[in-house]
Amino acid sequence: MTDDSYAAVMAERAAIVRDSVGLDYDRYTCGVLAFDYERLLADTGYDLDTARAVQRSTGVGSTPLVELRNIAALVRCVAPPGKGARIFVKDEAANPSGSFKDRRASLSVHAAMRRGYAGVAAATSGNYGAAVASQAAKAGLRCIVVQEAFDSGGFAQPEIAEKTRACEGYGAEVIRLSVGPEIFYVFLGVLRDTGYFNASLYTPYSIVGIETLGAELAEQVRAQTGRFPDVVVATHAGGGNVTGTARGLAKAGATETAVVAASVDLAGLHMASDRDFNRKSFTTGHTGFAMPFTTWPDRADVPRNAARALRYMDRFVTVTQGEVFYMTEVLAALEGLQRGPAGNTSLAAAFAIARTLDADRIVVVQETEYTGAGKHPLAQLNFARQMGIEVRRGDPRDNQPGHRIVIPEDPSQLAVVDVDLDEMRRLYLRRALDSLPPGARASETDLDFLAADTRTTRARLEELLHALR
Amino acid sequence: MTATDAPVAAGTWVEIHRVVLHVHERAPHIPDDTRAVPLELRVKGFLATAASAGDEVEIVTSAGRRVRGTLIDVNPAYSHGFGSPIPELAPVADEVRALLRGRGRTA
Repeated sequence: MTDDSYAAVMAERAAIVRDSVGLDYDRYTCGVLAFDYERLLADTGYDLDTARAVQRSTGVGSTPLVELRNIAALVRCVAPPGKGARIFVKDEAANPSGSFKDRRASLSVHAAMRRGYAGVAAATSGNYGAAVASQAAKAGLRCIVVQEAFDSGGFAQPEIAEKTRACEGYGAEVIRLSVGPEIFYVFLGVLRDTGYFNASLYTPYSIVGIETLGAELAEQVRAQTGRFPDVVVATHAGGGNVTGTARGLAKAGATETAVVAASVDLAGLHMASDRDFNRKSFTTGHTGFAMPFTTWPDRADVPRNAARALRYMDRFVTVTQGEVFYMTEVLAALEGLQRGPAGNTSLAAAFAIARTLDADRIVVVQETEYTGAGKHPLAQLNFARQMGIEVRRGDPRDNQPGHRIVIPEDPSQLAVVDVDLDEMRRLYLRRALDSLPPGARASETDLDFLAADTRTTRARLEELLHALR
Repeated sequence: MTATDAPVAAGTWVEIHRVVLHVHERAPHIPDDTRAVPLELRVKGFLATAASAGDEVEIVTSAGRRVRGTLIDVNPAYSHGFGSPIPELAPVADEVRALLRGRGRTA
């Protein structure tokens, strides 16, 4: 008889994760804090070409790159003379389950199949669950998706209700839970009892699978315009999107392209709160994930997170919920594309950024996602009202997460708020110092790792560390 | 949820519910409002043997697992949708098209 208690399952955590991912993360340790990140990724056995081949065989990737000429024209209506960059979007909704998450799921499911696992499991309330379910269906593997889905009143977020339907539509078992971080305990129990592969969002497979997106868009922009993009904007939550896209851009040679991470501002709403759960009108791409994962990526469900956003972002900005809903309307009205809304976080940021750039510059929004019942501004705003949230037109600066959603009155009101990357670095380094075992000192290898992981120089790192001590 | 407690035939697609962690079993370091309520689970599958709503039952899930819980729904509906148009969003399309026309651009 196995012990299913919370304490017993959590005590087995390390062994369950090791067996379910099939990776011995200890092999990559090379300092007190440092690990060999590149070798962890290389040991997946997939490089850009083999990842593309796997994805081609399951209908993933090779999505269209669409120039948003009318939205760029709208930017120029509200930009100073000579300003207003060209904007392109990578229409990732064209993937089999309707989002770029198919890229992340494809290599995990392929690895699970190759290594003889009977099924795959993932803990996710978002598009990733549908992606894993879709890829598993094609591979003939069983699939279990564990969702945080409803509050104590039984109310399900409409967007998550749609993901439940999508996953079940692909033949997955969907375990729906009420609010709380103990979803991880339930997920570990499922992995232990089934012996399924852990298709975590944070394994190296998940990240290598996104590199194809960055590489594809670099090649497509060059084919259409004769050069690489100046700026790529990626919606940022757990860090995989930013990490994989930036790595793919670099592998395609687009080393001068600036990578901007964009998140919806949900400051003040607690991610583990039963009450706040349904007062968030976005289920991902928001600061509730982005802030903790940027400042401490190894909080993930695997010992070493392969998604390390701070390593790759040149800039980190936030936008408001109302601005994203507004841009979702604009995308449909001017470009004939109903997508998102969550994927349009980066589009709202791109609009504001394009306004500040010269007209010959190129900004790429690197994803869209499918829209549908539950996943639409109407569904989200009707639900917000039902939860007592005020929805009105006005200045988006009056937005107050969980209380008020303000739909802009004019496109000139769209703006990004920059997150101070040095503050992100300080928070990261504080956690790193706190995690040092008693009496241990960071070695040269550790310091080099920390500099790379926070995208800074050794000299600047030493200054930041000195100030913290 | 069916209105009656009429027997549900074995093999019917149903939803079950159970409490995974009672209030006193919840993890440390969670907000007070979350700690005040149990962690609940719902999952769907085919009913293993005939039962009535509210009974403790076993189902076979899409992954082939046998899971036990209280029968709470029969052939559960997907009820999420779009809802009414949002008056604050409705004018946006015309507004931005007018802006483009004003600049002599085609929208």
